[in-house]
Amino acid sequence: MTLFQKKRRNILPGFGLSMGYTVFYLSAIVIVPLSMIFFNTIPMGWEPFIHAVTAPRVLASYRLSFSTALFAALFDAIVGLLTAWVLVRYRFPGKQFLDALVDLPFALPTAVAGICFATLYSPVGWLGETLAKWNIEIINSPTGIVVALIFIGFPFVVRTIQPVLEEVEQEIEEAAQCLGATRWQTFRKILLPHLFPALLTGSTLAFARGIGEYGSVIFIAGNLPMKTEIAPLMIMSKLDQFDYAGASAVALVLLLISFSMLLLLNAVQEWQQKEYR
Amino acid sequence: MSIELQNITKKFTGYTALDNINLNVASGELVALLGPSGCGKTTLLRIIAGLELPDSGKIILENKDTTNLPPRKKNVGFVFQHYALFRRLTVFENVAFGLKVLPMRERPSRSAIQERVEHLLKLVQMDWAIKRYPSQLSGGQRQRVALARALAVNPKVLLLDEPFSALDAKVRQELRRWLRKLHDEIHVTSIFVTHDQEEALELADRIVVINKGRIEQQGTPQEVYDHPVNAFVYNFLGNVNVFHGRIKNGKVSLGTHHVDAPDELKNTEERASQAFVRPHEIGISRIRSAESDLAGTIQEVRIMGGQIGLNLACEGFEHPIDAEIPRELYLNLQLAKGEKVFVSLNRVRVFTGDYEI
Repeated sequence: MTLFQKKRRNILPGFGLSMGYTVFYLSAIVIVPLSMIFFNTIPMGWEPFIHAVTAPRVLASYRLSFSTALFAALFDAIVGLLTAWVLVRYRFPGKQFLDALVDLPFALPTAVAGICFATLYSPVGWLGETLAKWNIEIINSPTGIVVALIFIGFPFVVRTIQPVLEEVEQEIEEAAQCLGATRWQTFRKILLPHLFPALLTGSTLAFARGIGEYGSVIFIAGNLPMKTEIAPLMIMSKLDQFDYAGASAVALVLLLISFSMLLLLNAVQEWQQKEYR
Repeated sequence: MSIELQNITKKFTGYTALDNINLNVASGELVALLGPSGCGKTTLLRIIAGLELPDSGKIILENKDTTNLPPRKKNVGFVFQHYALFRRLTVFENVAFGLKVLPMRERPSRSAIQERVEHLLKLVQMDWAIKRYPSQLSGGQRQRVALARALAVNPKVLLLDEPFSALDAKVRQELRRWLRKLHDEIHVTSIFVTHDQEEALELADRIVVINKGRIEQQGTPQEVYDHPVNAFVYNFLGNVNVFHGRIKNGKVSLGTHHVDAPDELKNTEERASQAFVRPHEIGISRIRSAESDLAGTIQEVRIMGGQIGLNLACEGFEHPIDAEIPRELYLNLQLAKGEKVFVSLNRVRVFTGDYEI
């Protein structure tokens, strides 16, 4: 009897089945493939592992990947917020077209984006030619990588903010205005705190995506050792040299950093939500 | 702080929300804008607050034309139907918001803000919740906080848009009385919008009845209730029995029954008329006391608390008549479904014209 009483009744049926299904699929799709990185790395031993992931070229690639992804994510946060604002708040002809355009970086093969950038910013390209006059180099420089990553990460920010912004009741802003707040004060003190979690999620996703981005970047970065080699490229070049263990060592570090970042983000959001819910 | 509305007109695509509204509100008055939903009352309130611009007309607050001022410069307090509290701010921060956004030189000191917020929260009996978030409060409590927030900036005028309609009946009544008391204490000129005639009658100094973008009647609750100027107002202010008939030779027909026409309609030519009788203005007895009494049968008995509702089928009347009698009378007469009674229409109001209800 006690056994049955212990079992908590839930209105939603099928918890056991659906949970089992979820765990199985997450395992099959995410955990099992990723764990291969661990198993590939373990036979390597500790010293060679440290040696592989702290080689100057590898460290430089980590630095480059993280710094460019960070810049791109910050930029996306601002521009993405603005775009989401325009798409939610205003009505104008061609709005749906613009809305669809936002998703393009999601859908486009990244290599296509890479080629576009390479031709646009090349010293004879439309923009590259003009920029070259001012001695601004996009191709073969970290700036180019940031440009590519901005493009790739942009929809993440827009698409996470959009629904939250749509949810904000007009009355909230009207209330702030009636209390004497300017548009800017209303935005800064009321709207921004409201949008912040979504903004954080969106830009973290853009950041995480930026670290992993390969296709569009290698076309534009020039891949100069110590200067414009991104971390995923290091993995690629190690694989080219049949250094599978070395490649998975680099990959493991990337994986750990990305995962701990997402974990941190979740913690921050949890803490944010706790207070006022 | 007096409010003067002159010829306010507002059209939305396809219909006229407000049609040439003129209204004066004296300083310290508590006025109810009463009307069915969609009659334009909320639009009018939003226009006064500056949240909406009129197509034409003027809004004058204390002899100053404020028609084109943005809401933040109007210095009106606005209380929304769904509270519109800032979810991410505590109760304290919510109430302090209006003070904290003031320009640097007008902003009170930190301690003055603290003091003012505490005072206001005490006034609305919410001082215990100063550190809470809106989501931790009930609807009635949220609306009190919203009121304190609106009062924090010392508004010239307090505007309330159906402030109690999202609350349940018991809380609604409690808050209503409490607001009346509060208004008697602080005397800020207030306008509230409601579709609930009981709320308007109980709370307001003056009622403005609005229908289809026009003011039908304004006056004290007593005046409006006792002397409605037309069928709409009469009908809107409470339950009624409507009798469609004709007026002829100084007599009004209700079914096969006739009553004397009111003095002002004694001499009109024959025309359609409507007679109204409120359920509580109908007398019920076991014996015929006057020739005009109607013979009826009780079809249905509804227990409504202190009052008993009767649904009566009367001879010569197409539709059943609703009556309300005190519980004691009901018990004394030992009434029940199917019993025969005599019905007297004690107070009949007659309006002419083909007013649609």
